[in-house]
Amino acid sequence: MTLYPRSIASARPALAAAGTLALGWLGALGQLVLALCRKLGAVVLFAAEGLSHAVRPPFHPHLFLRAFLEVAYFSLPVVGLTAVFTGMVLALQSYSGFSRFGAEGAVANVVVLSITRELGPVLAGLMVAGRIGAAFAAEIGTMRVTDQIDALTTLSTDPMKYLVTPRLLAGIAAMPLLVLVADVLGVMGGYLIGTMKLGFSSGTYLKATFDFLQVMDVVSGLVKAAVFGFIVALMGTWCGYNSRGGAQGVGAATTTAVVSSSILILALDYVLTEAFFAR
Amino acid sequence: MSWSDETPKIRLRGLRKAFGSKQVLDGVDLDVMPGHSMVILGGSGSGKSVTIKCILGLITPDEGMIEIDGQNVLAMTPREREAVLDRTGMLFQNGALFDSLPVWENVCFKLLAQNRITRPHARDRAAEVLASVGLDASVGDLSPSELSGGMQKRVALARAIASEPEIIFFDEPTTGLDPIMGAVIDGLIVDCVHRLGATAVTITHDMASARRIGDHAAMIHKGQIVWTGDAATLGETGNPMVDQFARGEREGPIAMELRR
Repeated sequence: MTLYPRSIASARPALAAAGTLALGWLGALGQLVLALCRKLGAVVLFAAEGLSHAVRPPFHPHLFLRAFLEVAYFSLPVVGLTAVFTGMVLALQSYSGFSRFGAEGAVANVVVLSITRELGPVLAGLMVAGRIGAAFAAEIGTMRVTDQIDALTTLSTDPMKYLVTPRLLAGIAAMPLLVLVADVLGVMGGYLIGTMKLGFSSGTYLKATFDFLQVMDVVSGLVKAAVFGFIVALMGTWCGYNSRGGAQGVGAATTTAVVSSSILILALDYVLTEAFFAR
Repeated sequence: MSWSDETPKIRLRGLRKAFGSKQVLDGVDLDVMPGHSMVILGGSGSGKSVTIKCILGLITPDEGMIEIDGQNVLAMTPREREAVLDRTGMLFQNGALFDSLPVWENVCFKLLAQNRITRPHARDRAAEVLASVGLDASVGDLSPSELSGGMQKRVALARAIASEPEIIFFDEPTTGLDPIMGAVIDGLIVDCVHRLGATAVTITHDMASARRIGDHAAMIHKGQIVWTGDAATLGETGNPMVDQFARGEREGPIAMELRR
């Protein structure tokens, strides 16, 4: 008789316990993945239904205009200020960095490319997520918990068509305009610092800016803006529409809308940059 | 249970609905005859609101049949269902007025949504309907948040009747109101229902309101209709469960079940 079988026998309970633990972890992971897939599927169906109403009558142009004004016009101050200060900071930082190896002349190029390709759409997206995503989620969430959405149904009005579709379309249409303004103001911020503080001549700075700028730089930023606008509106309306409970539920919906749209903006920014510029 | 051979305006058969493991409706059978005012009584969580939300299509039941004018609404296409909904009105427990719209737009919302009226005419129509619930036309320009609870209920009632529906649902119409305002709202409901010749379904646990509004009453308990009868007999029905509920007594079959 050897000791070998006995060691295996003594190890069996420990192995079984480890196996049970591993299965438990795997089970929990599986449930998490399934829940994530369910939620993703629900969001995709919600978006598809919301967009499908854009081509099916009756249409509510006044609701689209109201949402468009809310997203575009009333977000202008916060997006504009963000863009101006970002351009200014970018000019200062790139100047102090590039001066270490004598490349101060690239400041204008860095500012314009950074603003149009990345910082314009991303920062505007994040600002609008905080402002509009939260507002959409809070407004629709409050309507949900106070039975106003059910009331719409009993008043022969499709809540998706009335509440969701105009906001989705407004997000898609308004964000590129906002980003266009942000691009101009961001470059202007860099120009102000470049000419008034860093000693560039006005003509040199502007020439450097426009010589290096390509149509694709601006277009890619505008496409990103449309996608980010859609994401912000989608997460705001989806979280609000599916909120439950009272004030706490609406608060949770608002937080989730802002956090999820911010994360999605950053993640999709990478995907879109890869699609536009990866070689 | 039907009172004649006439086709009921609303017929429910074997309606069942569960939320997770909680069986809220457990085979609800109910008939509401045309032009009648039916009051559904029951304690909190007994399934009253879920029943009317199922009828209105706000919640889809797990099983059972819902007929309106003899047509099974659960088998209808969404468009047919919409046509049925067009003939209904609903007063929600908390009013559910749209706070982004002024009162007059709330009142004429359905008429405007269906293009049955132009906006200038909607203001006049709203003033007319507001007058029928005892409110001045100037209220039409206010926001719902500027109104007292009683006024909000009256505006919600005006919205429910503005399209002159055939069936009107009232969810706890007097909850949160003082007794006098409750009686005023009940009176307005009775007047409106009679004037329109509508079929009314009211859910409440306010006995005084139930007697004032209802021709007939039904009691729902644990997701089943346990009694139907004349609303005037509430408190003296001979059904211990209904009588205990109507008198608000602690001792009785309902309390005993709660203790188990």
